Amino acid sequence: MPAPRDVLISWALPVLLVVAWEIAARLGWITSRILPAPSAVALAFWVNLQNGELLHHTWISTRRALYGLAIGGGIGFVLGVINGALPVAEKLTDSSLQMLRNVPHLAIIPLVILWFGIDESAKIFLVAIGVLFPIYLNTFHGIRMVDRGLIEMGKVYGLTPVELYWRIVLPGALPSILVGLRYALGIMWLTLIVAETISAQAGIGYMTMNAREFLQTDVVLLGIIVYALLGKLADMVTRWLERRALAWHPSFQPQGAAAAA
Amino acid sequence: MNWATLYAGQRDMELEGAPGTAWPQAGKAVPTRGRSVAIRLDGVAKSFGERAVLDDLSLTIEAGQFVAVVGRSGCGKTTLLRMIAGLEGVSTGQVTVDDQPVVGLRSDVRLLFQEPRLLPWHRVLSNVGIARGSGWQAHAQAALEDVGLGDRAQDWPAVLSGGQRQRVALARALVSRPKALLMDEPFGALDALTRSEMHQLLLRVRVEYGFTAILITHDVREALALADRILVLKEGGVARDIPIDVPLDLRRASPALQRLERTILTEV
Repeated sequence: MPAPRDVLISWALPVLLVVAWEIAARLGWITSRILPAPSAVALAFWVNLQNGELLHHTWISTRRALYGLAIGGGIGFVLGVINGALPVAEKLTDSSLQMLRNVPHLAIIPLVILWFGIDESAKIFLVAIGVLFPIYLNTFHGIRMVDRGLIEMGKVYGLTPVELYWRIVLPGALPSILVGLRYALGIMWLTLIVAETISAQAGIGYMTMNAREFLQTDVVLLGIIVYALLGKLADMVTRWLERRALAWHPSFQPQGAAAAA
Repeated sequence: MNWATLYAGQRDMELEGAPGTAWPQAGKAVPTRGRSVAIRLDGVAKSFGERAVLDDLSLTIEAGQFVAVVGRSGCGKTTLLRMIAGLEGVSTGQVTVDDQPVVGLRSDVRLLFQEPRLLPWHRVLSNVGIARGSGWQAHAQAALEDVGLGDRAQDWPAVLSGGQRQRVALARALVSRPKALLMDEPFGALDALTRSEMHQLLLRVRVEYGFTAILITHDVREALALADRILVLKEGGVARDIPIDVPLDLRRASPALQRLERTILTEV
C-alpha cells in the first residue's frame, strides 16, 4: 500500500483540474454545449440512474461485449490449443489466420453491415472477430512455450494425454492466455464503442449518440465515463483472476516468501 | 567386439557399518531383495541419422548394483540411459530389464533428470505424488520424509533452493518404490556442499529402497564416491569396466582410488 501522503499527491492534480473546470463552467468561460460542468455530469448520472436508462443501456452493452468475448474468445482458444498441440493443424491454418489477423477488424464494418444489417449479430460478430486473434495468438504461443522437459517428465510418470493436457500443458500456458485475455478485453470495449456508435437501438453508444442529437453534452460525457469504468472493471477482474490462477508464480507470491526458503 | 563384462562381485546392500568393517569380497552371492532388477544390453547400437552414438554395446548390470557411467559429453551416456528407460528406441540389439525386453516406459524404472522438472503450479506434495493412484498423499508424504523435506509439503517449488528441488524430484522418483533408478547428472548444477549432501542422501535411500542404480556423471570423483562399478564410455563403447571394492566410508582417503581417479581422467 502506498503511503497516504503519496495518495494525496497523486490525486492532487485531477482534483484540481475538476475544480478548475467547475469554476470555469460556472463563470461561463466554457459553454455547456462544449463542456458541461462536472456537477452537470454528476446530475445527469443521477437522473439517468433514477429513471433506469443508465442501467438498461449499460446492461445491453455489457451483454453484447460478453457474448462477443465468449464466441470469439472460445474460437480463438480452441484454435490456439489445436494448433499448439498438433503441428499438422498449425501448418493447415496458421498462415491463413496470420493473414486474417492483419486485416483491421473495424475495416470490415461495411461488409458486416451488408451481411448482418444493423442487428445485434453485427455488433457481436465484430467483437468476436476483434477478441479472437489476441486470444488465439497468446494461447498458441503459451502452449508452444510449455517446457518440453515437463511434458517428458509427465510421460515418464505415466500421465495419460488428457492428464498431460490438464496438469501440464494448460497450466503452463495459462500466464500467456491471461495476457491474451487482458488484451482482448481492451479490444472488446473499443470495438463495441465503434459498433454501437454506428447504429444501435440501445446500449451506451446509442445513449451517447442519442444525447448528441439533443445537444445533451452532459449525457455524452457520462457515456464516455461509463465506458472508461467498464474497461477498468474488466481489467480488475482479469488481475484478480491472475492472482488467483497464478498463485504459484514467483511474481505473484507475497514478498518475503522466497526469502523463507 | 563384445564388451560383455560380467561383474562377478555383487556387494551387500548394508552400507552402514563401523569404519574398517571388512567389505564383502567379490564373488559373494547376490542378495535377492525383489526390489531391484537386472539390466542387460545385448549388441545395442544407436544412431541418429548418419551419426552413430553407440556401437555394439553389451553389458549386464546385476540387480542392486550401483553403476556410474562416466565419459565426455556426446559419448552417448544420456542416450544409453534413455534407452534403458524406454524413452528412446534402439537401432539394433536389445535392452532387457528384469529379463523383459524394453519396449516403452516402465513404472518400476524411474528417471532423475539433470533439472528437477517440478511443476511450478503444483505444491511440493502434489509434485511428488504426480502419478496419483490410491492413497497417493500418504505415499508422497512418506517419500518427502525420506528425503528430509516432510515439512515443505505445502510449499510452492518456486520457494525451494536448487538442492531442495532436486530432493523433491528424488522423492517423486521414490514414491512408487522403483526397482531401478536412472540418474542423468542430477547433481551437476548444485554447489559442492549441496552435492555432497545429496550423495549422502542418495546412499541412504538406496539402502532403504534397494534399487539398481545407474548414475550418469562427468565427475569422476562423484562416480568414485558412490558407485560399485564404473563404466568409462568412449567412442560409443565401454572403454573400461572397473569394479570398486573399497568400502564407502574409506573411499575418501583411499590412495588406490586416487590413483584410479587419475587413470580414468587420462582415459576419458
